[in-house]
Amino acid sequence: MATFALLACGVADAPERYALAELFGSARRELIDHIPHCRRLGMEVVEVGPQTATVRLPYRDELVGDPVRRVVFGGVITTLIDHASGLAVFCSLAELKAIATLDLRIDYLRAAEPGRDLVGQAHCYKLTTHVAFVRATAWEHGPENPFASALGTFMIGANQSVSPVARAVRKRLGEGK
Amino acid sequence: MRGRQALALIPYAGFLGVRIEDDAQGIVCVLPFRDDLVGNVALPALHGGVVGAFLELTALVQAIELADSERVPKPINFSVDYLRSAGPRDTRGRAEIVKHGRRIANVRVLAWQDDPSRPVAAGIGNFLL
Repeated sequence: MATFALLACGVADAPERYALAELFGSARRELIDHIPHCRRLGMEVVEVGPQTATVRLPYRDELVGDPVRRVVFGGVITTLIDHASGLAVFCSLAELKAIATLDLRIDYLRAAEPGRDLVGQAHCYKLTTHVAFVRATAWEHGPENPFASALGTFMIGANQSVSPVARAVRKRLGEGK
Repeated sequence: MRGRQALALIPYAGFLGVRIEDDAQGIVCVLPFRDDLVGNVALPALHGGVVGAFLELTALVQAIELADSERVPKPINFSVDYLRSAGPRDTRGRAEIVKHGRRIANVRVLAWQDDPSRPVAAGIGNFLL
């Protein structure tokens, strides 16, 4: 927790206003419910704030990667962290644009405990015109004992399409589309 | 334990619907497209996490194929480069063991959709055997 609090204070290039400022808070379903794969996994947004996002992925037997140890497959943690990281990037932007993951590197520090929901938290610690840099961790008990740690970069303005998050937000703010 | 047997034992592989095809060069893993794997409905494109997970699964199957172990190797780390968005089509992946040590396997993997020379993602990772 302390690490992320420190990181959150340390952004020199934060915009004056965030495009998603009105959505900052907890349990923001509208940020995730329009995404088919997130719905399928039952992922929930725990909280979003300036440059940060925390996402929960409920434990399910069908996500197990090691049949003996009953540990969730590493790639599922990739999905959780990729998604939390993408949201953290959206939460850093002054203007919503489509983003795309450029690369993501995950260290599996230990096995996640079977039967426990997984929580991923990401922080966008640097934003440039075209690229966003993110750090993320994931845990099942608490942030002080993560089972995974990750670094990611995202392309901003990745394609011409309107991002699904932007559409969902516009709809919510009554701007049509 | 061989890759095919391992795939049948891994619940998440069943969840994704991944199957194995063989060709002259070895194992190819196939991820059939499904609507609930989509992460961006506007494009549409597979969720980046699904692409990453598929790469890791392909790498793991290759590591199991060569490790001759009864245990599923544990991933130590995995790195994914996203090269193109993965459209609403089947995705294929092929892995190559870069180094097969006594305890660690380093595995490289490439995923593509229609054309193997236009990969959608590349991955590399270390597994504890």
